[in-house]
Amino acid sequence: MSPAEFVGDLLNPDLAFLPKALLVATMSSIVCGVVGCYVVLRGMAFIGDAVAHAVFPGLAVAFVMGGSLVLGGTVAGVITAVLIAVFSQNRRLKEDAIIGVFFVAAFALGIVIISRAPGYAGSLQQFLFGSITGIPDRDIVVVAGMGLLVLGVLFVLHKELVTISLDRESARAMGVPVFWLDLVLYVLVTLAVVISVQTIGNILVLALLITPAATARLLTDRLAVMMLLAPAIGALSALLGLYVSWSWDYPTGGTIVLLLTAGFLAAWVFAPRQGMIAKRCRGGPESDPVGGDAVAG
Amino acid sequence: MSAVLAIDGVTVRLGGRLAVQDATLRVDRGELVGLLGPNGAGKTTLLRTALGLLRPDAGTVTVNGRKAAPGRIPIGYVPQRHEFAWDFPLSIEQVVMTGRTGRLGLRRRPGVDDWRAVDEALERVRMGELRSRPAGELSGGQRQRVLVARALALQPDVLLLDEPFTGLDMPTQELLSALFASLAHEGRAVLMTTHDLAAAVFGCDRLVLLNRTVVADGRADELADDPDVWMRTFGVGAESPLLRTLKAVAA
Repeated sequence: MSPAEFVGDLLNPDLAFLPKALLVATMSSIVCGVVGCYVVLRGMAFIGDAVAHAVFPGLAVAFVMGGSLVLGGTVAGVITAVLIAVFSQNRRLKEDAIIGVFFVAAFALGIVIISRAPGYAGSLQQFLFGSITGIPDRDIVVVAGMGLLVLGVLFVLHKELVTISLDRESARAMGVPVFWLDLVLYVLVTLAVVISVQTIGNILVLALLITPAATARLLTDRLAVMMLLAPAIGALSALLGLYVSWSWDYPTGGTIVLLLTAGFLAAWVFAPRQGMIAKRCRGGPESDPVGGDAVAG
Repeated sequence: MSAVLAIDGVTVRLGGRLAVQDATLRVDRGELVGLLGPNGAGKTTLLRTALGLLRPDAGTVTVNGRKAAPGRIPIGYVPQRHEFAWDFPLSIEQVVMTGRTGRLGLRRRPGVDDWRAVDEALERVRMGELRSRPAGELSGGQRQRVLVARALALQPDVLLLDEPFTGLDMPTQELLSALFASLAHEGRAVLMTTHDLAAAVFGCDRLVLLNRTVVADGRADELADDPDVWMRTFGVGAESPLLRTLKAVAA
């Protein structure tokens, strides 16, 4: 299918779900791209995974009760995020063990709940792998609103979030409320996941969070650039992914993720400074630190 | 001279264990004080208490006569280098600006005063020329100076340094030592923990030996003549290489 035909399908009123899917996929990948920068830089990938699984029981409840999926996922995800933040204050157990406990439990709860619904196998697959059909208009508004909220909060708290990510102890010493900011960040990750689950699916949403940000990190040493590149990469992949999956009848979530991965691999090899080729040309993987120490006073 | 940082009879329990007991120490304006002691002696606990991050079970910590509390009184804190996320894609000046986050508060963005403070801090540690370089590309000594600049960005009267020499070669240590001494002699109170005897004996105006409580407190050359306090602080015998090193250094 040529791009022109794809545009034609997008404008075809009989295929009204298609532009909606494109809109939601693009908005989710933009939001996930920006939030993902923190997830990647702070090594929180596991938390992203946990939250992605944890929204499942909320989706299941919403599905069974016929409520808004976005809302149900948000409630469940936020509860899990708060539980992780609170329980990880206990230093006897490491954070990853706590996360392991809660996200599998949440996922299990989701499976039990959704098994009560009639015809659950089909809807289970839809949750896990995403679907571009059947996105209600109401959800588009909710996704747009939540996306703007997430980006707005990230913008307002930018310097605080950077400060606590660099080193928590110094941030505490300055009187920056580290625990609350951590919590806010977890909740923002949750919201980004929730708005993306519908199109890309519960399992693949982690890729939307991690891969664009990781790719962007390979391409730049500037945080601001990274936070623009990551959503751009995500949005481009969403657009291309939807086109490819629509043209060849591939699953949308899987196609988007594979495109993102291809982009990541390309950056890994070709990135101007961090790429394999650039490093090979400079001789050895270690780039030398700037100058010496001979200028202290 | 007035004590800028005054720790008075401080006792701190951590999880039921007595980490610091009845410790008293003062750091005056213009002084570089070295805090020495074995692992687990309570050095870090004492620093964290001075920052107001731990509440003492007894005793008080005051800075310029006011009770220590995070964010309320500017204290420059320089953590160990490995506690900082160097892989974060920020330039040196951006890293130093994060030192102002607490003072700026939630709504304000950096203004002229903040950039001026960052400029001064960078010039003070002689990192001005590298200011737009990515922080992750720096060597160990440069990283240490960036962390010092970040602490100085707050324009504090008190500077607390946690193990600044760990993992650095001798020439770098000497340059940093000189920097810390001049930062102190310009009128700041500087307290630094270290395991490096030579650097401490040479560089510091005064040494405090800590093992749960303050065992000794005095000028480096005086303490070097008193092997007994070192044996008590570090729990070593009279034949310990530590004492021999000390004698060699102080001679």
